[in-house]
Amino acid sequence: MSQSFDEISAQLKRRHRKSARLKWLSMGALGLAGLFLVIFFADMLGKGLPAFQQAQIRVEVTYSEQSQQLPLAAVNEDVRELVSRGWLRTLPMMMRDNPQLLGTSRQEWVLADGQVDQYLKGHYTRLDDDEKEIVDALAEQGRAELQFNTTFFSRGDSKMPELAGIMSAAMGTVMTLLVTLAVSFPIGVMTAVYLEEFAPDNRLTQIIEININNLAAIPSILFGLLGLAIFINFFGVPRSSPLVGGLTLALMTLPVIIIATRTALRSVPDNIRHAAFGVGCSRWQVVRDHVLPLALPGIMTGSIIGLAQAMGETAPLIIVGMVAFIPDISASVTDAATVLPAQIFTWAGEPDRAFVEKTAGGILVLLTILIAMNATAVVLRKKFERRW
Amino acid sequence: MNRILKTTAIAAAVMSVAGVAQARDQIRIVGSSTVYPFASYVAEEFGATTDYPTPVIESTGSGGGLRLFCNGGGDDTPDITNASRRMKPSEFERCAENGVTDITEAFIGYDGIAFAQSNANEQMNVTREQIFLALAAQVPQNGELVDNPYTRWNEIDSSLPDREIAVYGPPTTSGTRDAFEELVMEAVSEDMEAYGGEGYTDIRADGAYIDAGENDNLIVQRLSENTDAFGIFGYSFLEENDDSLIGSSIDGVEPTPEAIGSGEYPVSRSLFFYLKNQHSDDVPSMYEYANMFMSEQMIGELGYLKGIGLIPAPEDLREEARNAVESQEQLELSDLQ
Repeated sequence: MSQSFDEISAQLKRRHRKSARLKWLSMGALGLAGLFLVIFFADMLGKGLPAFQQAQIRVEVTYSEQSQQLPLAAVNEDVRELVSRGWLRTLPMMMRDNPQLLGTSRQEWVLADGQVDQYLKGHYTRLDDDEKEIVDALAEQGRAELQFNTTFFSRGDSKMPELAGIMSAAMGTVMTLLVTLAVSFPIGVMTAVYLEEFAPDNRLTQIIEININNLAAIPSILFGLLGLAIFINFFGVPRSSPLVGGLTLALMTLPVIIIATRTALRSVPDNIRHAAFGVGCSRWQVVRDHVLPLALPGIMTGSIIGLAQAMGETAPLIIVGMVAFIPDISASVTDAATVLPAQIFTWAGEPDRAFVEKTAGGILVLLTILIAMNATAVVLRKKFERRW
Repeated sequence: MNRILKTTAIAAAVMSVAGVAQARDQIRIVGSSTVYPFASYVAEEFGATTDYPTPVIESTGSGGGLRLFCNGGGDDTPDITNASRRMKPSEFERCAENGVTDITEAFIGYDGIAFAQSNANEQMNVTREQIFLALAAQVPQNGELVDNPYTRWNEIDSSLPDREIAVYGPPTTSGTRDAFEELVMEAVSEDMEAYGGEGYTDIRADGAYIDAGENDNLIVQRLSENTDAFGIFGYSFLEENDDSLIGSSIDGVEPTPEAIGSGEYPVSRSLFFYLKNQHSDDVPSMYEYANMFMSEQMIGELGYLKGIGLIPAPEDLREEARNAVESQEQLELSDLQ
């Protein structure tokens, strides 16, 4: 015994102190990350929740010949500036489609102008004092109020904040992701199956493997340039369409799916393969009937995470023209469309202050979908994962 | 397994859709981010009040838009490009080389560039020369060009406030920056002997000029945080934020719609769009869109676009521009020189 008991216990104390310090530091790091997240969410919720409500006012609407010519004439002069012009301009077409309306007039809840909306929400507004008085009076009589904003979830983009909605961007995102999935999933899985189960281990497959890992780390804007050069300029796929966006994002998602699938395949123990070979299965039968089904949860998880990543992407989509003004909800993958993050980007640049809440509202919708996708990935993994 | 077969089938179906080339009834528009809010307003109105689909508008910047526009006359090139400056002769020549020869120019109105600050301060009266001296990379002193020594406004002129020079402005890709360089930097330096009569547009890179990105809203936000700083951005953003910002008067003229429209305010520019007449057979609706854009209810004194920041041109100029579009007047190289 060269060390005394005191020395040893001092050393022990030091070691304990060290580990306590490390524990506090790492808890601090976690706390800081959590704090950032809380601040971010609080800010987004505070700014974005008002976007889910929209001012409506109850006014007398006159469906006359005159209002068919000049829609402004359909409402009384004192509230003319307070109803949405975007709603007024649809009147002539509505009367054309419903001729029985002509010559009638009735009280209706109609969409209010964006400035009325901002005023009722207590934000900055460009209404003058007279208009504010009228809105106050209407609100007192229960003829002006904030209602659930169906417009936001059912319409496309608009220059008028009261008419701007997230639906066309959401549809664009869905179609783009479907194309991405349809292209990258089969190609990615088959590539991984070949590399993992069939390919010999030689110089060529090693080079391919290194390249796939490299591709996964390439900045996404380069895939956009590739998409522009190949899909638009060479194959003539329509610009701004979900088809070209989906194909471009598929290029980006491919390496992610390949790597995830290879990891999943590798985690299936060799015993399974040996047993299947032992009863006389061919290599293809072994893969199809035994290895793939066992690896599927891992493959699905990887694919969903890859897709979620693709969904948040804007840089490559700017290059292929998907960051555009799209009020119509596109019906096919060759129509022009935009995607959720691009819509948020567009709204963030609008001069009109009412778009601040639209931007935050859009972010909330995007985050909700992302959380849902990632949660699905976690659930799939937990439910089907097998430990060996 | 079935899942994989199914997705392969979907992929094949998608690919076959792509193979079928489509005729186009939708107008395609690219170009300036300054004109973008006005163009998209008209496009939306066009989609909502006619039976045509809403035109697709991409904000690519004036230069980027003209590059796409001049790529050729094919169906896959844009029909219209917006510009916050006039087409350059070199761009016209490039268009002609690629077979885009029949172009109509539409002049829609003006936009002013504001030199603004937080309204916590007093309004500043500044001349273009003072702005130039604050922002140029090299300034003349005793007949020689030296690296810009000014760090505070009152070092340039004692009438200016005792505040550090800090200006948030757009990056070099922006049309606003182009216009600022042309209307302030070039205009001032051409009259200064030290630069030998040549326009000088180099902006200092020592931190006094802060590149704030393409998004003008960011500049506006930063001005309310940093009340000492100034910002350079389009007039519509000043109008929309008049509760927190105050525009400086330049050469003694306040930034008001009237002063910008009459050309009295020195930092104002004209806004345009260009029509590719070769597409008139494939995309006939582009003229209906253009005529709607040029109508009084859009670009007139009481037009909708005024409400979102466009500054209308005088009546005779509007009339002239409207006639040019209606008669599809062909743009000549000599018009641009």
